[in-house]
Amino acid sequence: MLTFGRARALEVQIDQFLDLIGKGAMVFKEGCRAYLSGDREEFERHLAAICDLEGRADIIRKDSEKILYRYSLIPESRGDVLGLLENLDNVIDSCKHTLNQFNVQKPNFPEEFNEGILELTNQSVESIISVVGASRGFFENTRSIQDHINKVDFHENEADHLSLKLQGRVFEMDLRLSHKMHLSFFIQRVERLSDLAEIVAERLAIASIKRTI
Amino acid sequence: MFFVFLLSGLFLGWSLGANDAANVYGTAVGTRMIKFRTAAIACSVFVLIGAVVGGAGASHTLGKLGAVNALAGSFTVALAAGLTVTWMTQLKLPVSTSQAIVGAIIGWNLFTGSLTNYNSLSKIVSSWILCPLLSAGFAMILLKLTEATLSRVRLHILALDYLTRMGLFIVGAFASYSLGANNIANVMGVFVPSVPFGDLDVFGLFTLNGAQQLFALGGLAIGVGVFTFSKKVMLTVGNDLFKLSPIAALIVVLAQAIVLFLFSSEQLENLLVRHGLPSIPLVPVSSSQAVIGAVIGIGLMKGGRNIRFSVLGRISSGWISTPLISGVVSFVLLFIVQNVFSQRVYQPIRYRADNAVIGKLKAEGLPIEGFDGLVNQTHESAAAFQEALRPKLDAVTLERALQLSRLRPLKVDLNKVEDQRDLHWLSEARFKAIEGLAGRDFEYTWQMADALSQRTEEWKKKPIAKENKLYNKKLRAQLDYLARTFERR
Repeated sequence: MLTFGRARALEVQIDQFLDLIGKGAMVFKEGCRAYLSGDREEFERHLAAICDLEGRADIIRKDSEKILYRYSLIPESRGDVLGLLENLDNVIDSCKHTLNQFNVQKPNFPEEFNEGILELTNQSVESIISVVGASRGFFENTRSIQDHINKVDFHENEADHLSLKLQGRVFEMDLRLSHKMHLSFFIQRVERLSDLAEIVAERLAIASIKRTI
Repeated sequence: MFFVFLLSGLFLGWSLGANDAANVYGTAVGTRMIKFRTAAIACSVFVLIGAVVGGAGASHTLGKLGAVNALAGSFTVALAAGLTVTWMTQLKLPVSTSQAIVGAIIGWNLFTGSLTNYNSLSKIVSSWILCPLLSAGFAMILLKLTEATLSRVRLHILALDYLTRMGLFIVGAFASYSLGANNIANVMGVFVPSVPFGDLDVFGLFTLNGAQQLFALGGLAIGVGVFTFSKKVMLTVGNDLFKLSPIAALIVVLAQAIVLFLFSSEQLENLLVRHGLPSIPLVPVSSSQAVIGAVIGIGLMKGGRNIRFSVLGRISSGWISTPLISGVVSFVLLFIVQNVFSQRVYQPIRYRADNAVIGKLKAEGLPIEGFDGLVNQTHESAAAFQEALRPKLDAVTLERALQLSRLRPLKVDLNKVEDQRDLHWLSEARFKAIEGLAGRDFEYTWQMADALSQRTEEWKKKPIAKENKLYNKKLRAQLDYLARTFERR
């Protein structure tokens, strides 16, 4: 039988999970900044931090899912919540993977791209932070979900637009095609984070309609 | 023979558990908030406690089946009601067990030439309409209130889930308790006078008397019914009719509880009247009908599009057919039990208007001219008595004459009521009055009532008024108990 204490503990656990996703997004942004500025030491510190955050998020997610199933909690919304946790986990997973690829493939961005890449990173990270806010709103049943979802939409659109602009500039430059393809790949990876955030937001929009009595 | 007869009581208990558990935990199981196993265990345990602890108070009354005056008759009537409810359960329909019993008793009345109290018939019909309407109304109000509250109070989805689950569990437990306490008299009440069990000491913790052991047995039968057969009806209530959310499931059981409490609680009416407050009119309510009404209420608030009207139609037709089928089955079974198995399914009740009855009618200011030539004639049944007198008397006099002329020879034997002294159900003054009549014989029940009221004011009926209703009802129940106990067979 589920006790109130255990239900409360799970509440805290889910809250921690959301914290980790939000932190992960910010660490990702700082990691990108360090990479572009050539500060290897800082970059590696952020890479290690995001690996740690992703690992912890994974453990919490699996544990929460187990408790949700074991005690048959929130039968009406369980599917939605499990999907939400998994999709949010994909977001931090993708952040970690992208930083790892920066580390492994070491893309060589011409300096004039730094500002654009940082802006793109910023838009993607903002969309992740907004979707974390929307998720909290969903769990705590506040009316703020829609505001957060609107923000996610806005930042995803901005990221889309920026990504296309940056890729256009890359292919206009006098570089080898393989180099152009390489840079384009990284631009798309960073932009992809906002797409993942948008997927979560879309699920939340439907799940919150289902949450009405 | 007692144990053979008891089997039909246990069968009725089993069918009650299989059907009525749905009113208690149907929405909780249907919305997957409480597992069927958990619900079945909780329901069985609380039904058992209700039957043994709460049902003991009802042992003085025989339940609805008490109207049937022979054990083989009770056996058959209970069997007919049980069969009908089982059939309805198989069709996954929530029906009212009480109404099945009333239907079966009407079958017995027709078979034996007894008169049917049309009051109970009209109660059934109005409960099909009034009760679901009231319940739907309450569910709608509660839904609006809950929506408004939840939009203000920020509750985490898990906290809300926990509270809803606990609410469903606790309300279900209370409802199971009252299910056991209120219905055990119908299931086992008729067998109480002939119970062969002695007192039973349970591990030195408490002692169960014969009636309580019988009620525990009935409670167990209800519990077995819940475990073995109730899941389908639960899913009809909680899922098939309208897909409820967990909070809506809680609102449904709360609306049901409120309707049952407000509109059927004589204690509440009495309390309000005593404090000079306007009382709520009592209407016939049944938990099956209240639950369905509340589900429909929620469905309508949600736009009504998702209500499965075919399921609703099946349920409603089940309500109408339950008493009808039960009545027919009872009639046929009584015929078989009497003529094939040679069992006595009723004690003939004779009617005779002798001079004492005529004198009493005269004293009450009723016309007695119509009795010319019929005084001291004995009639074999209420129907025969009514037929002989109907052309000569007006309806009011006929009704009263019927009440007064029922022959029921009594002998006041103090040994038979000795155990009541410790139970304090009868007050000291009332008990003393009974002692004063020790050894006296009476032909009619009203003669004993008159003799008792001459001995003490406490046995006098209070004038008909709302505030005296409960008092008079208890007085009637005690007089009826005495008549049953002192009856000369």
